[in-house]
Amino acid sequence: MSGLRRGAVYAAVVALLLVLGAAAGRAQAPRVQVEFWHALRGPLGEALESIVNGFNASQASYRVNATFKGSYPETMVAAIAAFRAGNAPHIVQMFEVGTATMMAARGAIKPVYELMQETRTPFDPSVYLPAVRGYYSTPDGRMVSMPFNSSTPVLWYNKDAFRRAGLNPERPPRTWAELREAAQRIRASNAAPCGWSTAWPTWIHFENFGALHDVPFATRANGFEGMDAQLLVNAPLYVRNLENIVQMQREGLFKYGGRDAAGDALGPSGECAMLTASSALFARYQREARFEWGVGFLPYYDDVKGAPKNSIIGGASLWVMTSPRRTPEEYKAVAEFFRYLSSPEVSAKWHMETGYIPITFTAIQRARALGYYQRNPWAEIPIQQLTRTRPTANSKGIRLGNMPEIRTILYEEVERALQGQQSPKAALDAAVRRSNEVLRQFQRTAGR
Amino acid sequence: MRRSFFRAPFLPYLLVAPQLLLTLVFFYGPALQGIYQSFLIQDPFGLRTSFAGLANFASVLGDPLYGNAVRVTVVFSGAVVAGAMLLGLILAAAAAQPLRGVQVYRTLLVWPYAVAPAVAAALWLFLAHPSVGIVGRALVRWGVGWDYTLNGTHALLLVVVASVWSRVAYNFVFFLAGLQSIPSSLHEAAQVDGATWFQSFRRVTLPLLAPTTFFLLVVNALYALFDTFAVIHALTKGGPGKATETLIYKVYVDGVVNLNLGSSSAQSVILLVLAVVLTSFQFRFLERRVHYA
Repeated sequence: MSGLRRGAVYAAVVALLLVLGAAAGRAQAPRVQVEFWHALRGPLGEALESIVNGFNASQASYRVNATFKGSYPETMVAAIAAFRAGNAPHIVQMFEVGTATMMAARGAIKPVYELMQETRTPFDPSVYLPAVRGYYSTPDGRMVSMPFNSSTPVLWYNKDAFRRAGLNPERPPRTWAELREAAQRIRASNAAPCGWSTAWPTWIHFENFGALHDVPFATRANGFEGMDAQLLVNAPLYVRNLENIVQMQREGLFKYGGRDAAGDALGPSGECAMLTASSALFARYQREARFEWGVGFLPYYDDVKGAPKNSIIGGASLWVMTSPRRTPEEYKAVAEFFRYLSSPEVSAKWHMETGYIPITFTAIQRARALGYYQRNPWAEIPIQQLTRTRPTANSKGIRLGNMPEIRTILYEEVERALQGQQSPKAALDAAVRRSNEVLRQFQRTAGR
Repeated sequence: MRRSFFRAPFLPYLLVAPQLLLTLVFFYGPALQGIYQSFLIQDPFGLRTSFAGLANFASVLGDPLYGNAVRVTVVFSGAVVAGAMLLGLILAAAAAQPLRGVQVYRTLLVWPYAVAPAVAAALWLFLAHPSVGIVGRALVRWGVGWDYTLNGTHALLLVVVASVWSRVAYNFVFFLAGLQSIPSSLHEAAQVDGATWFQSFRRVTLPLLAPTTFFLLVVNALYALFDTFAVIHALTKGGPGKATETLIYKVYVDGVVNLNLGSSSAQSVILLVLAVVLTSFQFRFLERRVHYA
């Protein structure tokens, strides 16, 4: 009895599958499938899905399947493991500090310029902002990965707290001296429980700090020109900046908010009147802040000659991965998807929906034509900051192997300086010594 | 009777096969891979490989930061094992008393064990964070300079407390079972001989609990060494500085974050040896002298 019944169930399932398969087959010719692994969750992930769906609907030959794979490091590890198993996704989204690691993995990746040449896809890299393009290009200017979600650090501030402290809410501090004064006024009048805090301490106060003041982060043009680079963050200007931060902490003007994005929470919650953080914090300020907020340029030291230069980007780019079984059609599909992404409509839509900066000039034009900057005047600040000068060797970006580890080392040593366990100079000397070991280790494993 | 049970030559193997297969695939496979990897220098993608001999082990053991991780692990594990076992024993001794509604207490005391470590850590974050946590804010308001994001001692204290909390329930269950298996006649006899409550606890209960205690000692040490990753990951990520970077967390950081597979594998091989030693220690002792020590 039960055997009979089971047979009937199997038959029904098989029949159903056949019918479904036939229906699907009739609806569309087989499309070339492209696997795309990304690390964006929540509203950002939804915005990404909507772009992918737009591409899939725009043509009938290719289908991109976007899959969320966890945080950036998790996505990176997943892609590496998949590559080792011969199953790498076609496209993987990789954070900017993974750039050198990916570039060194020749054989695992296909550079974007090569992809576009091989597939004869018309593609113009010059539509990308120089600060964006440079970060992901070889020293001679060939684009290796596809810029996607980029942001740059800015100064977020609480206009209501500025008013309470008797500060001009339309004039955010431009220099570190002004920021210190503003923080003093805010604390003296108790306009906010905390004057200033920061997210992404290493990205903002070392990587971008070097770019703004045109001092190198590492030798060999911040690593762009060779794997034998050495860290330079114990140079006097970096030491001065860390001393300033430690001093402000002692005076109760600065509050350490933690590593990476942990400090984000201190701004929109109203706890800190000023927050140096990513321009992509827009979504949170808009949703969470119960006060009027504004955006200013990242502060700088005005006695440093040539400062301020352009800031550098953070965020992630898209890498094309290889696999033993890749076909030319699959590469063509990837190239077409990238071309779609770089179109003014799509990149402007991405910019306006997510708060990431527009990565192409054409996207800025389009967003302007749509009146986006009239409605959101703040949104032009990060763009101006990124484009205010031509990128120098020190403001093009960072290209160091094992960069995530170097960031961790800087966190650890800076935290020990903030705890008063060592002087800022000693902290940065130790960070340089430890980071150089890490760089040499990268050179040994990847540089052969 | 007995012999007929095992006459079928294949059935027992067939029955354990699924478990055996899982162990092979998810334990022996990765472990062997790890041992192999610990002798190699390789880039993350596996594109360039060279044999390193014992170089990975030498660089791990010569690294002052590894020494730091050993120190952190000793302090952390010692505190977690002591805290979790002591609290478990106290609670079990209390719940073993004939009280009104004791079943309710017992059930409630077991609950924390059902909370996944990562979730537990998130709960502790909302309690202890100096600017968003309830307890953390209160401490700051009372003038305690509480800030585990920047103070290494505070951070270590926090991960210890969170790990202990996750573990107390487990110890409670075992201690309670152990206490309940001690015949009440022994206590009564001690009382007749004029022993106080403490003497009876010290001379009768503790020795009879020794097998349980020793078992829990080993199991808790293994927990503190290997299963506290989620708590540390969610609360401090090994920081500030390297104040909460235990050996197991360092394996993760060096392997997954820093993509230094050789060093990470060498470290996990060292941990594997440690786990084998601890476990064999347990079997040796449990079979010998722990009863009525």
